[in-house]
Amino acid sequence: MAILDKHKILETNATLLLVFSFLVVTIGGIVQIAPLFYLENTIEKVEGMRPYTPLEMAGREIYLREGCYTCHSQMIRPMRDEVERYGHYSLAAESMYDHPFQWGSKRTGPDLARVGGRYSDQWHVDHLRDPQSVVPESVMPKYGFLEHRKLDGKYIGDIMAANALVGTPYTEEMLENARADFRAQADPDSDYDGLLERYGDKVSVRNFDGQSELTEADALVAYLQMLGTLVDFSTFTPDASR
Amino acid sequence: MSKTPEKQPGDPNTTGHSWDGIEEFDNPMPRWWLWTLYATIVWAVIYTIMYPAWPLVKSATAGVMGWSSRALVQEEMVAFQEANAPWNAKLVETPLADISKDPELQQYAVNAGGAVFRTWCAQCHGSGAQGAPGFPNLLDDAWLWGGSLEDIETTVAYGIRNEESDDARYSEMPAFGEILEHDEITQVVQYVMSLTNAQTDDAAAQAGKVVFEDNCVACHGEDGKGDITQGAPNLTDAIWLYGGSQEALTETVTNSRFGVMPAWENRLTDAQVRAVTAYVHQLGGGQ
Repeated sequence: MAILDKHKILETNATLLLVFSFLVVTIGGIVQIAPLFYLENTIEKVEGMRPYTPLEMAGREIYLREGCYTCHSQMIRPMRDEVERYGHYSLAAESMYDHPFQWGSKRTGPDLARVGGRYSDQWHVDHLRDPQSVVPESVMPKYGFLEHRKLDGKYIGDIMAANALVGTPYTEEMLENARADFRAQADPDSDYDGLLERYGDKVSVRNFDGQSELTEADALVAYLQMLGTLVDFSTFTPDASR
Repeated sequence: MSKTPEKQPGDPNTTGHSWDGIEEFDNPMPRWWLWTLYATIVWAVIYTIMYPAWPLVKSATAGVMGWSSRALVQEEMVAFQEANAPWNAKLVETPLADISKDPELQQYAVNAGGAVFRTWCAQCHGSGAQGAPGFPNLLDDAWLWGGSLEDIETTVAYGIRNEESDDARYSEMPAFGEILEHDEITQVVQYVMSLTNAQTDDAAAQAGKVVFEDNCVACHGEDGKGDITQGAPNLTDAIWLYGGSQEALTETVTNSRFGVMPAWENRLTDAQVRAVTAYVHQLGGGQ
């Protein structure tokens, strides 16, 4: 066959071989990846998802900075043992405002996809300060320094703008009020009506770490306490083809 | 210098390629290898027909087997729920006090409750229910909100001082740092320590008794034995949730404490709540 005879041209020309190999791999990649952007059941529609509030976003940044994802996943797989332990299996929609997503690939500690509301704020603060004080068998390092690092939200608007750039639907108003909302969420005595108006009534406004100053512990606990709590599962019908 | 070997009679043909005088035999692939290759190709085609695979315009092909990871987990969950359904129904119907009268039901409740406890409760109360500073020990006789079956069930279902449940148990000790003078706090701490025969400054403790009577008896009682209807701890039993040292008590009086327990009524089924109630009750401190 004529085309098979042409083999020799590719096999004796390294640059050409590289170009054609790349083409073949590209086709494979496109077939696997491209459909995820247009198939209708990739991200199911569910009620309740909203972008992170500024304080939660700061907590998420701390979660990334400290590399929490190296030991904790945020993805409950559809298996009975996981559902019994962690709650409803994770949906793609629940990661829609995560840039990048925090599914993780290894669990040294437990999955955190639905850790929100499971423990008290004080437990989180105690546990971050000294994990073994509440869970003696834990191998988690201590993160007590978070309580001493104050946050002023100076750059939170920029972080949110960067997220808006890659698709998170932050409005102009949200970005303008980022710093005020950031402070309001950790201070129950503040005027937080604007925050609730922008992000919804279900946003928790509390002094998360129990200290008067706004610290990284406040932000991280605010983030942990909302994880997996947004979706209203009474409105969710699983797509049978998944 | 080696000599290029002459082609022997019976040797296969060569491919016709020649590199610096080196030629290669055109041997056929091993038959077993070829057939394995063909089998994997056939397998791949069948596989993509049976299981979800090819992306089309709006969705991917579903596969003729109707396989779905979500349906599988649902099926498995339902199978176990059905298997336990008679027991769970019995658990919900039986009055709490009567559960222990049926040894089989009690055994089911304690085992199921133990699983619930280790999954949802152990992080705060300890895997052996021994508690941790700030999180009550459930093995002893000291109960903040009562240790009867009904009390435990209420606490589990609605939690304590949380935002999720309107029926959560609620009480709030004032932060006396804003109410009392520094000396008065020192005195009342000495008095509270004297209730458990700790080493105290007697004069300060005497003065602290007055402060205690003026500020604390409404919840903790005149004798300091507490009041479970408002979650006020007994101060005379030497069991301290946040520590009984002078420093810890000064912190408690000055800034107060606000222990929170989540409500479990929405995360657990009624049967699970009752099972874990039975489990906690039989740990040793149940009243």
